[in-house]
Amino acid sequence: MLNLFAIFFAAVVTENFVFYRFLGLCPFLAMSNKTRTAVGMGIAVTFVLIVSNSITWLLQYFVLDKFGLPFLQYASFILVIASLVQFIEMYMHKYQAALYKAFGIYLPLITTNCVVLGLVLLTILKGYNFLEALIFAIGTGAGYTLALVIMSGIRERLDLADVPEALKGVPLALIITGLLALAFGGFVGMIK
Amino acid sequence: MSALKDLLNGIWKQNPTFRIILGMCPALAVTNAAINGLTMGLATLFVLLASGLFVSLIRNLISSKIRIPCYIIIIATFVTIADYFLAAYYPAIHEVLGIYVPLIVVNCIILGRMEAFAGKNPIKNSLADAFGMGLGFTWALVLLGAIREFLGFGAIFGFKILGSWYPQMVVMRLPTGAFITLGLLIAMMNIIRKQKAEATCHAHEGGDKPC
Repeated sequence: MLNLFAIFFAAVVTENFVFYRFLGLCPFLAMSNKTRTAVGMGIAVTFVLIVSNSITWLLQYFVLDKFGLPFLQYASFILVIASLVQFIEMYMHKYQAALYKAFGIYLPLITTNCVVLGLVLLTILKGYNFLEALIFAIGTGAGYTLALVIMSGIRERLDLADVPEALKGVPLALIITGLLALAFGGFVGMIK
Repeated sequence: MSALKDLLNGIWKQNPTFRIILGMCPALAVTNAAINGLTMGLATLFVLLASGLFVSLIRNLISSKIRIPCYIIIIATFVTIADYFLAAYYPAIHEVLGIYVPLIVVNCIILGRMEAFAGKNPIKNSLADAFGMGLGFTWALVLLGAIREFLGFGAIFGFKILGSWYPQMVVMRLPTGAFITLGLLIAMMNIIRKQKAEATCHAHEGGDKPC
């Protein structure tokens, strides 16, 4: 039980995918302008993370390992993620029209979000069992959403500030992310 | 001639890291030392060149509806090759780069160039474009890595430059240092670009070119 909590806490705070592992930065910088879109993006990513991590876990241990095909890992994982995102998009388009509208363009973008591929590869690398993998995915999604929401809150305030011309937009966003990373880094050591 | 233009395009005018701001994750993650940035840059350059060649070759054979999955499979194949090559010949660096080598698959520069360029242009231009983008990415990573290594360890490419009197800035080795250095570098590029634009503006003063 404590082990599962440690995995969750590390994924949300101390080893946050944005601030510690530098993953998912392109959508992080692009989608963190408004809190509303940030929350939508965070939920969409979390959902894809949980489903894709479960599928790739089964794929790794019941297909790739069993038949000695480790060299197909990257190609098969990215295919799983891409087709999963496509299926979710088609399903939501047909049955969840309101949700589909809310997610809008974020869904297809998730395919190339390195958080997803990063998570499924790390899960295999760390040798997690199925339950641990599930917790890891939920924690990572929560951590990514947290990062997006904090950043969007700051950037909404920043819109009103008088910023030097050269720093406007991405440069300032990067510097703020750096300071946030420092704050998140302060939790290192709480979890062994 | 146009191939040369495509080549130069990626190195400065549309530099992937400083200008179109793509592929941020590896640019920040592996640049705590210049050598790691160089390796990552060259691995990406290889994947860009090889997949650019193949995408350009088969661009008229695949239906546009399934082009993205095809591109991804091609890219993933070459990333696997690069990964196994590094693991076999440079195990130490492969260990340091870790998960970021397979993550070249989802580096948006590569899929972006396949979609925007190699899928629409002949082989010669696609190769030039891939080479330029790869070089642009590489020099950006080496610069970022060199600055961070210099400030963080007082060394560049592993050679000690500053003596033991130098109070090494640990923050530059941490994620924070990566974000802030890249932020300031992009801001600097913006200033250079603006000054250049103003200079050409002055040169054209009195002319018919609107500023």
